[in-house]
Amino acid sequence: MEYAVALIVLAAVIAVVVTRPLRGGDRAERKDQTRVEELLAAKEAKYREIRDAELDHRMGKVSREDWRAVDRDLRGEAIEILRELDRLEGRTPS
Amino acid sequence: MNPARKRKLRLAVALGAAVSLAAVLVYTSFSASSEAAKPSELREGRSYDLTGKVVKDSIARRGDELRFEIRDRDGTASVPVVYTGVVPDPFREGREVIVSGELTRGTFVAERDSLVTKCPSKFTEDKSS
Amino acid sequence: MLPGVGSACLTVGLLTALYAAGASAYGAVTGRRVWVTSGRRAIYCLAALCVAAFAILESAFLRSDFSYALVAEGSSTDTPAFYKVTAVWATQDGSLLLWATLLSLFASAVLFLTRRTLRDIAPWATAVLACVAGFFLLLMVGWENPFDTLAVVPQEGAGLNPLLRHPAMMIHPPMLYTGYVGFSIPFAFAIGALVARRPGADWIRATRRFALIAWTFLGTGILLGALWSYSELGWGGYWAWDPVENASLMPWLVGTAFLHSMMVQEKRGMLKVWNVSLICATFTLALLGTFLVRSGILDSIHAFGASTIGVQMLVFIACVIALSAGLILARLPDLRSEARLDSLLSREAFFLLNNLVLVALCLVVLWGTFFPLISEALTGTEETVGPPWFNRIVTPLALVLVLLTGIGPVLAWRRVTPGRLVRILAVPGAVTLSVLVAMLAFTEAANSGTSLVMFAFVAFVLAVVAQEFVRGASARRVMTSESWPRALVRLAGRNRRRYGGYLVHAGIAVLILGVAASSAFIEQRDVRLSPGERIRIDDYEVTYRQATARLGGDGGGTGAPISLGAVLDVRRGDQAFTLHPSRNYYSTSDPSKGAISRFFEGEATSEVDVRWGLRRDLWLAVRPDLVSLEEPIARADRQFGESPGQVQAFVIRTLAELYRDDPPPAAFRAIVSPLVAWIWIGGAIAVLGALVAVWPSPEARLRRVRSLYAARVGRELTRA
Repeated sequence: MEYAVALIVLAAVIAVVVTRPLRGGDRAERKDQTRVEELLAAKEAKYREIRDAELDHRMGKVSREDWRAVDRDLRGEAIEILRELDRLEGRTPS
Repeated sequence: MNPARKRKLRLAVALGAAVSLAAVLVYTSFSASSEAAKPSELREGRSYDLTGKVVKDSIARRGDELRFEIRDRDGTASVPVVYTGVVPDPFREGREVIVSGELTRGTFVAERDSLVTKCPSKFTEDKSS
Repeated sequence: MLPGVGSACLTVGLLTALYAAGASAYGAVTGRRVWVTSGRRAIYCLAALCVAAFAILESAFLRSDFSYALVAEGSSTDTPAFYKVTAVWATQDGSLLLWATLLSLFASAVLFLTRRTLRDIAPWATAVLACVAGFFLLLMVGWENPFDTLAVVPQEGAGLNPLLRHPAMMIHPPMLYTGYVGFSIPFAFAIGALVARRPGADWIRATRRFALIAWTFLGTGILLGALWSYSELGWGGYWAWDPVENASLMPWLVGTAFLHSMMVQEKRGMLKVWNVSLICATFTLALLGTFLVRSGILDSIHAFGASTIGVQMLVFIACVIALSAGLILARLPDLRSEARLDSLLSREAFFLLNNLVLVALCLVVLWGTFFPLISEALTGTEETVGPPWFNRIVTPLALVLVLLTGIGPVLAWRRVTPGRLVRILAVPGAVTLSVLVAMLAFTEAANSGTSLVMFAFVAFVLAVVAQEFVRGASARRVMTSESWPRALVRLAGRNRRRYGGYLVHAGIAVLILGVAASSAFIEQRDVRLSPGERIRIDDYEVTYRQATARLGGDGGGTGAPISLGAVLDVRRGDQAFTLHPSRNYYSTSDPSKGAISRFFEGEATSEVDVRWGLRRDLWLAVRPDLVSLEEPIARADRQFGESPGQVQAFVIRTLAELYRDDPPPAAFRAIVSPLVAWIWIGGAIAVLGALVAVWPSPEARLRRVRSLYAARVGRELTRA
């Protein structure tokens, strides 16, 4: 009965693959690493927003004052992200 | 107008639009719809969307005209149909069809081009033919 | 040998999916990452299992192995190879396997890409995806196993339904399924975000591309279906508001709304509840779309159980709705907006408006599609609404939508002052007015008021998009003094999402132009002609020259036995060409039919001939009248019923030639539709735009990679 044989073989192979992380033990979880990735993505998004706002202004959709206000806010938010990034990366003492 | 009132106003407008759309939907659909009926439910004097199975060996073509019989899906009541217009490709005896028209003197006179054939399963041949 | 392996793949797959769900959820709850990793690996294994099972099934079809019940049902030795491959998903079981395979592949991709991010959300998303995949596997293992074998192996299969032997019709299901499956990714992450109480923009950023790709595939699938309908079915239309068509349109409409509201949440942190509800609705409608096509539910309530999996799918959909609604209500406090709508003249406001129109459109389609059930529930009689009702209600909404499509790109986030708005709209407005005047003066567009308005709005959209490109490029040139072409390319390259989106808007506008023109100004004639007779339609003069008969092998590659048709000469001004519509007759295996007549009484398909053109299409279909052959066929049944195959083939050839040499009047349908080609062209432009919007930008990636390396250097230095 190929069905039964295949069933057992496949189940065994998958069990091995799937439990490898469990047997390998808890590798020191770099919590920071995932946070760093998230921050990098957020930073990119923020940069894009700043560029978009500038383009909007240059195309005449937004007045200078409005743009300045928005730009200031966005750059402030970007600086926050960079600060947190530095803090995480600088956690390992230099 | 302060922002809170502005928001309430916008919400009210949006809800009003939604309610009117709903009213339009309900009113127009019920007045524009046509009633579906099986051969056993037909009555003279109003138009129906007749649904049922094409009776075996009942299809005959005479020039522009197509004549066939439709019977109830699970029953024996059947009615002869006279139809002109485009005939969908899957149309065959034993297939389920829908055709719009009116029952006149015992024969169902169909509206032009109103014949629709329902495939039992869209993708496989009719095994019950 | 292999069916057993395939079946085992599915069973093990089901167990793997269950494990993946359990392990991921356990890992999420306890915070032990190893379980999450294990769950993710299980998804990778699931993908491998599904691909293996799919490969086994495909090989069976290609080998015409009729011991598989599915192959015997859906294929035959004389089905051309291309259609053997695609016949897999023409069956219920095969399409379930395709769904599961696509889902596990997409899930693997997204989980691989987010393996280091979204720590809180990804495990729950994994669990959701595993459950959905598990459901489809359960359907197969429990009810519709593609690997069922037949005890008695038939010599020949039933063959692929000839209606489906068309390239577009075979690519259409995988496209639709890729669309449906694609939307399950943002759905899973939305649920994950709700469960993990992280409803910020992270889950949106991670799944944005998947949503856009899903939307593109779904839209392309719908268009391919329309193209197939137009060029293959004998009534010459591309959209009939059929329940099956509507089933695929509804998730697309809501998906479009989601793509826009997604941006609002990303940029301004608003519309969180709306967003999450929208993606849940999109996914539910995608499941509903899969379900509607496969069950008989809308033909009549009594056909509810017609499909063996109808009830199960309904239960699953109900569970999805309940879970989504419950979760959203429970997490309502977390979903508060971070900002308020400043002004109606802003991108946010108009995106919200566009969302409302799209959702309204979806509700209209939903209402009309389910009206038979609704009316039966409310009034006791089952009633239906047809295309006229749909067109009447949808058209005003579509007009508003196109108008919004034009105004949206012109706005900016937060606020645009009215004065500026007027100045920006000045040029497009002027263009629109001139187009309007030109149409009134030079064309007959005024005959249809709605079309005139629609054409004007389309011109408005195109003008706005063109202006955005031009002004953007000129703004760049002020700073960089590049040449025009270079500036345009760099502009689009650095702002792919925005300018890709503009291209999509332009494509959709063109598409709607085609729809409006071809619906309002269509000309159709149904006539009966004998050879030598002619008709006039629009400016065309169509003459029926002669009948044709061909056996065993028509040009379309469908493997049809008998093909009867016509040759028509067409003239228009100094243009002259010929059209060759025909009708293919396939044999039936119905034992009650005579040996010869069964070749004429099986399925028959209309092989339409279309003269494509940019300004108009001429579409022709023929329905030969076989009445003059009825007698000879009956005689042949009696005389040659027992004769060997070669003699029968000769008899059939003779009968076909009998038709060709002396045909009775045949029924022709001729349709001239203006600007139909622009529907397909517009669609292609939209797909191009989506591609631009989805394409990753190299600079961002480079920056990210450099940062990662810098971080690694920093860490390793301290360890040394």
